[in-house]
Amino acid sequence: MLETIARRFEEILPKASDCTYCAARFVEQRSERIAVRQNVVQPLALDTDVGAMITVMHAGSYGYAATNDLSPNGLRTAVERARSWAAKVALRTVDYGKIVLPHPRGAYRSPIAKPWASLDLGDKIALLMEHSQRLKAHDDIVDWEAVLWRVETTTLFVTNGGGRVTQTIDYVAPRLSVTANRDTETQTRSTGVYDHSQQGGLVVLDRAQMHHFSELLPVEVMQLLTAPNCPSGPRDLVLMPDQMMLQIHESIGHPLELDRILGDERNYAGTSFVTLDMFGRYQYGSPLLDVTFDPVRGEQQASYAFDDDGVPAEKVYVIRGGILERPLGSAFSQARAGVAGTANARATSWNRPPIDRMANLNVESGTSSFDAILGGVEKGILMTTNCSWSIDDSRNKFQFGCEKGQLIENGKLGPIVKNPNYRGVSATFWRSLTAVGDASTLEVLAAPFCGKGEPNQVVNVGHASPVCRFDGIDVFGGE
Amino acid sequence: MRASFDALTGELTKRLAPGEVFTAWFQGETSDFVRMNQGKVRQPGSVTQGSLFVDLIQGKRHAGGSLTISGEAAVDRERLAALVGSLRAALAHLPEDPFLLYHRSSSPTELVTDDVLPDAGEVTARVLDRARGLDFVGIYAAGRVYRGFASSFGQRNWFERSSFHLDFSLYLRADKAVKCAYAGQNWSDDAFLARLEKARADLDVIARPPKTIDPGSYRVYLAPAAVSEILTVLSWAGFGLKSHRTKQTPFLKMLSGEARLADAVTLSENTAQSTGPAFGAAGFMKPARVPLIEKGRYVGTLCSPRSAKEYGVDTNGARDDETPQALDFAPGSVPSGDVTARLDTGIFVNNLWYLNFSDRSAGRITGMTRFATLWVERGRIVAPLNVMRFDETIYRTLGENLLGLTEERDFILDNDTYGQRSTGCAWVPGALMSDMRFTL
Repeated sequence: MLETIARRFEEILPKASDCTYCAARFVEQRSERIAVRQNVVQPLALDTDVGAMITVMHAGSYGYAATNDLSPNGLRTAVERARSWAAKVALRTVDYGKIVLPHPRGAYRSPIAKPWASLDLGDKIALLMEHSQRLKAHDDIVDWEAVLWRVETTTLFVTNGGGRVTQTIDYVAPRLSVTANRDTETQTRSTGVYDHSQQGGLVVLDRAQMHHFSELLPVEVMQLLTAPNCPSGPRDLVLMPDQMMLQIHESIGHPLELDRILGDERNYAGTSFVTLDMFGRYQYGSPLLDVTFDPVRGEQQASYAFDDDGVPAEKVYVIRGGILERPLGSAFSQARAGVAGTANARATSWNRPPIDRMANLNVESGTSSFDAILGGVEKGILMTTNCSWSIDDSRNKFQFGCEKGQLIENGKLGPIVKNPNYRGVSATFWRSLTAVGDASTLEVLAAPFCGKGEPNQVVNVGHASPVCRFDGIDVFGGE
Repeated sequence: MRASFDALTGELTKRLAPGEVFTAWFQGETSDFVRMNQGKVRQPGSVTQGSLFVDLIQGKRHAGGSLTISGEAAVDRERLAALVGSLRAALAHLPEDPFLLYHRSSSPTELVTDDVLPDAGEVTARVLDRARGLDFVGIYAAGRVYRGFASSFGQRNWFERSSFHLDFSLYLRADKAVKCAYAGQNWSDDAFLARLEKARADLDVIARPPKTIDPGSYRVYLAPAAVSEILTVLSWAGFGLKSHRTKQTPFLKMLSGEARLADAVTLSENTAQSTGPAFGAAGFMKPARVPLIEKGRYVGTLCSPRSAKEYGVDTNGARDDETPQALDFAPGSVPSGDVTARLDTGIFVNNLWYLNFSDRSAGRITGMTRFATLWVERGRIVAPLNVMRFDETIYRTLGENLLGLTEERDFILDNDTYGQRSTGCAWVPGALMSDMRFTL
């Protein structure tokens, strides 16, 4: 099918002499979601979404048309519609004349260690049923669920300058969740919102330690049900990777998106406290902070070889030694802003145009062992698994909550506390980073539902992080 | 779209094996999206898409899946054959579903409006020409939205309507801006201009030196758009039967009788006046109105067919996620023109942003002020306020601290375009409260 579509694209795309730039992006996304809730198999979902987007840049203007009709006539109509848009808005458009996009050739396929089809549906259901039964470990557990979700996305990108790229990205997303209640107290423990999603096929289930968590989570949720609220006041804060992920996402990833800095998102997702003059000199975090944009880490969820504008992907530092180096900005944003960026033009599917997104945005490992991180704490708290996130439209004032907290006194883990929350300001929070875990503490995690853009788009992003410690953070609990 | 839907569901009927039945849900759109920034077009484009979701049922076993409609009959038949084949293969591995419930008779309906929208390119030109000199940023989304349901019991429901949504902000500097929306079925230049001029005038207030307040409790007026943000976060799990029965609702303390909202708070799902379809994905028709909270007390929930079967009650045709699609917050008695006087000294919040639960069991929500949040002294607007974080329980904001709701309400069309344009809406008053806790 791909070859047929590729031939059609090459037939219908206008010549470069007739249209400065024209690209066609075909996307076929197949997903399968299997869930067992309260030991009952939930409705199966086998979804396929197929379509194509035509993008045109001509005479300094731009237009797109997305269509579900992949016939030659349907695609020609889409080309004309995209060209029509570029012509219609030519007098009132942002200047596209400066942008030069590549005509790449290449291919990418997720590394698959154990194919999805190596287990049949019945085996997968049996596996989830086993986890579901383990999760219901106490009478006070009122809801529990085990989910397995797989998404395979094939993209064909063809340009009118001879570019042709095929990519197949295949990730598996497991999730376990358990909720307990007593009177007016309800607590949930989970493996996050598909935090353990990765490329690699069913081997992801082993990496996600499903058996470990289906035993641990019900124990912890029962502990939380009778635990005291998180105390209030300043404490040293140790964040596990499944909360670091959210902290990176909201207070490094989004503020560094170049389209936000350029104002595109101000009506919806917001602006940024980061300004163009900060790159190359701004002290974003302590000298321990190294952050990379790494879309080529094989197993991580948002790995690819080319972004959706066809720009080759590579690993780059965005923050090194605490100093802000570059934004998360695609080729188009780079041309507008005049700064170097990243290969991060990404679209949720064929029906949305690419915009500046995170892909894999990671905190690099440091040198501290987990024990050493705790050992430096006189009065602190460890928090794990995000359950609440809120940050201002400049991505500065934030408040985040976790499912579980554990007090740290004189370097030792102490009692569990419920409803742990903390708040801070991005511009100063990362400067309080005082310890970065070594590679033994690092986890490769993901956030599959990052929302942004007008029209709205959800994309999957990856975040790898070691355990980290921040000093003197304002923490508090529930009512 | 209609022809493809009819052809495919007809084909599906023919493909059924003995003992099989199906339900099918269709959603599609032909939309234009024009994204704007700094008074210029950033990304203009069009999207044509349609999907058919099929639940293939054999007794109490069933498997669901979807395909994209191409509009080419032969291609669509091929995709349908592949989907049915996959679903049949899956059925062999699936156990009986004790909570399967679908509509087994025929309740045909059709709602097709003949609204005609102006060309999106022309609208864009008019909007940007009128906004010349302003830092205008936002999106114009417009076009036709389609929803359909069909079953092997002969039921056919079809919904087709055009609408537009111009969602925009005027920026002065950094994060200082005025937010505005104009949405409906029939575009009017005059109506747009009225909104633009009001927003332009509001910029004068935003231009004043901003005030920064210390964390603490303040008297507050929340405009309808801000109240709508609170309702949105409450809708995540607040109004569904499943979340009530599994004790995950933020109204847990209200269910137990430990807490309640103010007498002025009455909420219902108002399908009768909704801008969306009155039928759901399992074929059940939604009642005209579902009372949810009356005079501050819980009275009912949105109940999907699956929850109905699981908990042994009647369904009211709610979606699987049991979220409201036409939430009606009853008005109060405070004239909107009096709110700054009644606020006296405090914070006039036009918009809230990025709300989330900080203690769900206790109904506690945190979030940020955004856009034109204003400091008011002795009934007069004094200055824009720098953004502040609140962290407060629903039992205080819409309970003991609620002084009144406005008698005028905003009709808010959902501007959500995740995946496709939403058909949701809400009716929301403003809320005056004696104090609200700000923390950062």
